[in-house]
Amino acid sequence: MKLPLFKAQLYLGFFLLFFSSSIIKAADTPLIAAASNIKFALQDIAQSFQKDTGKSLRISYSSSGNLTRQIQQGGPFELFLSANKQYVEQLYQQKKTVDQGVVFALGRLALLASSHSNLVLDEQLIGLKKSLQDNQLQRIAIANPEHAPFGFAAREVLQQHGLWQSLQGHLVLGENAAQATQFASSGAAQAGLVSYSLALAPSLKNHVRYVALPSTLHSPLQQTAVLLSNAGVTAKLFYQYLQQEKAQSILSRHGFNRP
Amino acid sequence: MDWQALSLSIKLSFVTLLFLLPIGVFLGRWLAYRQFWGKSLLQTLLALPLVLPPTVLGYYLLVVFSPQDGLGLWLLNTFGTSLIFNFQGLVLASIIFNLPFAIHPMQRAFAGIPREVREAASCCGMKPALVLWRIELPLAWPGIISAMVMCFAHTLGEFGIVLMIGGNIPNETQTIAISIYDRVQSFDNQAAAIMSFSLLLFSMLTISFTYWLSARSEQIYD
Repeated sequence: MKLPLFKAQLYLGFFLLFFSSSIIKAADTPLIAAASNIKFALQDIAQSFQKDTGKSLRISYSSSGNLTRQIQQGGPFELFLSANKQYVEQLYQQKKTVDQGVVFALGRLALLASSHSNLVLDEQLIGLKKSLQDNQLQRIAIANPEHAPFGFAAREVLQQHGLWQSLQGHLVLGENAAQATQFASSGAAQAGLVSYSLALAPSLKNHVRYVALPSTLHSPLQQTAVLLSNAGVTAKLFYQYLQQEKAQSILSRHGFNRP
Repeated sequence: MDWQALSLSIKLSFVTLLFLLPIGVFLGRWLAYRQFWGKSLLQTLLALPLVLPPTVLGYYLLVVFSPQDGLGLWLLNTFGTSLIFNFQGLVLASIIFNLPFAIHPMQRAFAGIPREVREAASCCGMKPALVLWRIELPLAWPGIISAMVMCFAHTLGEFGIVLMIGGNIPNETQTIAISIYDRVQSFDNQAAAIMSFSLLLFSMLTISFTYWLSARSEQIYD
């Protein structure tokens, strides 16, 4: 009779159900929803925050548009770091936030290519235009303009350069800024118009080339922090911390401009 | 290796099994022995997750459990939580998309028990519950175990639904499959490679185990 096995499995299931659900709820570690472009800067800031206050954070990264939808649907977040102001405004009007938040940094765009790609990178996108004319360009990665602010800004830049129409069919859309960067840095796409902060990621060093683009050709990428209605003490503390000198200098080091 | 995500995935798999085991035994046995009106419709519905894109199921779950109105709002007001972006929601989703993986093998296993054996048992005066416990389950166990193993592996690997209704929340809904995706997006190919390879090995073990089980059960009947 093989029933003991079946019984043991049941007990183990019960054990896991009750034992581990208590672990998850134990500590007060607020959940932060953060736009993916701020990933590496935020890791450093969270580390320094933990060193200074002893408090840790849990962070969920996605595109700002996706995160906005998750917050609207009742996602258990306490603080939202959006890559633009519009999404925060939208949530404020739906009474999901405590106020209209604060702009804590300005994002920048960069043109990035894998170090194996032979594309010429320059601020005026001349190399990109030439490669397109010569039929050399196959794929260029941007974040999805529909729900990722960096994708939206990339579209504005390409429109300003009169490239948007001719690049249709060459565009590959990342689900968020980080995925667009991953497409370009791995060489799957020959170039990417992505966030400068991700181009500076430590793990991409020696694997990519990039050039930061002037911020005059797109609407400002106002990185906005806002406390959500259920924010606790630690989340509020981190919201303050983000605006202080220590966090600000980490942000500058990661390619953000000060607001 | 993201141990937190792995343990979350394993926990999700076990909790899912906890629910699917009785559901599968009950429905599998019912479908194997009984003829009733609407049986083919029920079987179609139960098999649907086999072919339905996970994002479709994810979409409907989002619609049904969105805390803005309807059932989701009621759940939120009654229990203080909706089933979106939390572990409980993932459990519900896993149960639904694993239904065919649990029920089909069990149904086949129960159907494979010769009718004379069951009839002999009840002729001898055994009550139905005792027939199930002493005769049917011991004969059907290879099917039941292989159903459980498939569900376990399938839950570990599910991606689309988990991302849609779970979000990507560390220690709550970030399962191992989501963690691999997250690591790739963080340009951390080494971690992604280690986790992917572990899941590859685990999946191979799972498949060979179920083949071994079915070969074994064929020997029993031969």
